Amino acid sequence: MTEEILIAGFGGQGVLSMGKIMAYSGVIQDMEVSWMPSYGPEMRGGTANVIVILSSERISSPIIRHFDTAIILNQQSLDKFEQSVKPGGVLIYDGNGITRHPERKDISIYRVDAAEEASKMNSPKTFNMIVLGGFLKVKPVLTMENVIKGLKKSLPERYHKLIPENEKSLLRGEEIIKEIQKF
Amino acid sequence: MEKELRLMKGNEAVAEAAIRAGADGYFGYPITPQSEIIEYLMEANPYETTGMVVLQAESEVAAINMVYGGAGCGKKVMTTSSSPGISLKQEGITYIAGAELPCLIVNVVRGGPGLGTIQPAQSDYFQAVKGGGHGDYHLIVLAPASVQEMADFVDLGFELAFRYRNPVMMLSDGAIGQMMEKVWLSPPKERSRTVPDWATTGKPPTRERNIITSLELDPNRQEIFNEKLVVKYNEIKEKEVRFEEFQCADAEYLFVAYGTSARVCQKAVELARNQGIKAGLLRPITLFPYPSKQLNKLADQVRLMLSVEMSAGQMVEDVMLSVNGKVPVYHYGRMGGMIPTPDEVVENLKERIKGGR
Repeated sequence: MTEEILIAGFGGQGVLSMGKIMAYSGVIQDMEVSWMPSYGPEMRGGTANVIVILSSERISSPIIRHFDTAIILNQQSLDKFEQSVKPGGVLIYDGNGITRHPERKDISIYRVDAAEEASKMNSPKTFNMIVLGGFLKVKPVLTMENVIKGLKKSLPERYHKLIPENEKSLLRGEEIIKEIQKF
Repeated sequence: MEKELRLMKGNEAVAEAAIRAGADGYFGYPITPQSEIIEYLMEANPYETTGMVVLQAESEVAAINMVYGGAGCGKKVMTTSSSPGISLKQEGITYIAGAELPCLIVNVVRGGPGLGTIQPAQSDYFQAVKGGGHGDYHLIVLAPASVQEMADFVDLGFELAFRYRNPVMMLSDGAIGQMMEKVWLSPPKERSRTVPDWATTGKPPTRERNIITSLELDPNRQEIFNEKLVVKYNEIKEKEVRFEEFQCADAEYLFVAYGTSARVCQKAVELARNQGIKAGLLRPITLFPYPSKQLNKLADQVRLMLSVEMSAGQMVEDVMLSVNGKVPVYHYGRMGGMIPTPDEVVENLKERIKGGR
């Protein structure tokens, strides 16, 4: 089993930390993992992206151009990465601020309106957990139990009081993700 | 004690491994993409536990000279930086090589020349392998291709540095420094309390004075010293070559790549084989000494070699020297912080096979 994932959005949306939680969860689930971020000025606003690979085998290249799943959180990233989804792969996007929706016909497309939901839940900081919940619904490569454990690993102890809120958001993401197109 | 599993960035792995290797001192100055090393060490504050000194110097030049001083006292000391910072350190490095002192220098390479970019590159190969500073000297150069190796090569680097009394460079890059992977960390070692007999720690009445210098004004004696270095480098070439072969046994076409490029090429080998092209990969782990003999042997078997580097073509010269004209050797590279993808590497190989440039 190998799942090659791209997460892309604005800096500050929690793109890198969402990837980190996936990586930690993968380790807990006894998988090989790699987490390859874009770094530098991109972390300080602008776009941010990270490639996460989860695999039952040794991972060769942490840098790849085609993905099983692309999780896209803004228009720039959609424009840049829509073509990077492997044929038959999965594209998950948040509709917030999207003016040109995905157009590929040879992939499965899901929409998770996490920004809207996070504001409804009055929990803007767990936006990325809603997205992750949506991903896990579509691609159950990690168990929810291990993701919660991964969350604990990746969050500093002083934030552990926020875990229930994150957990709620993960479950909410599972509920609200919508299938737009099934390939 | 058993090994401990962690998920870490390559940079963090270097820092943690240094503490566990029983290092006596770290002297550095922050620069992207390796600042996590000094950040991690400052946070870990090992002085309170192992007694390891961690110091942010006022500049890269100061840091390497602190390493010179610490090494002269027989201590296990290191510094880390990225390309522009490593250029600043070159005077200190050649002095340390000239004084035959052990130390570890980590270069988490970014694109150049000049300030260049903060994205990963492999354009410091010549600097690391062919000199960098002046004079006839060599560093032992280790090229990690994973977070695990960034941790492992700290201990190995110190071991080789002390065995040969020679500075060791770990030539990494921004990608391996910044990426997170699983890493198995060795149990911590105690800091050594034994002082090497050449160290300058104050002269007791029982022995002659130890002198640490790289200066010899008498050309006859300087030449004798240079010859001694050549003997040492030859011994290193004989004993310390390290490399990894991937699908080489039946390979007709060979990628040669180190570090991040080697990871990319490993995937390229898989992709090429899926298309019926018998590709293999030789990954040099030591860049000095270089696995020339192995490449020369493989030249009797393969039809061509493709050196893949994140540079304009630097290591390719060593591949050519190794095979000495037996097979065509080509270069494929990306520069400026760009990383080649496995697909484009395979495309390039296919062009070479068709008889392109």
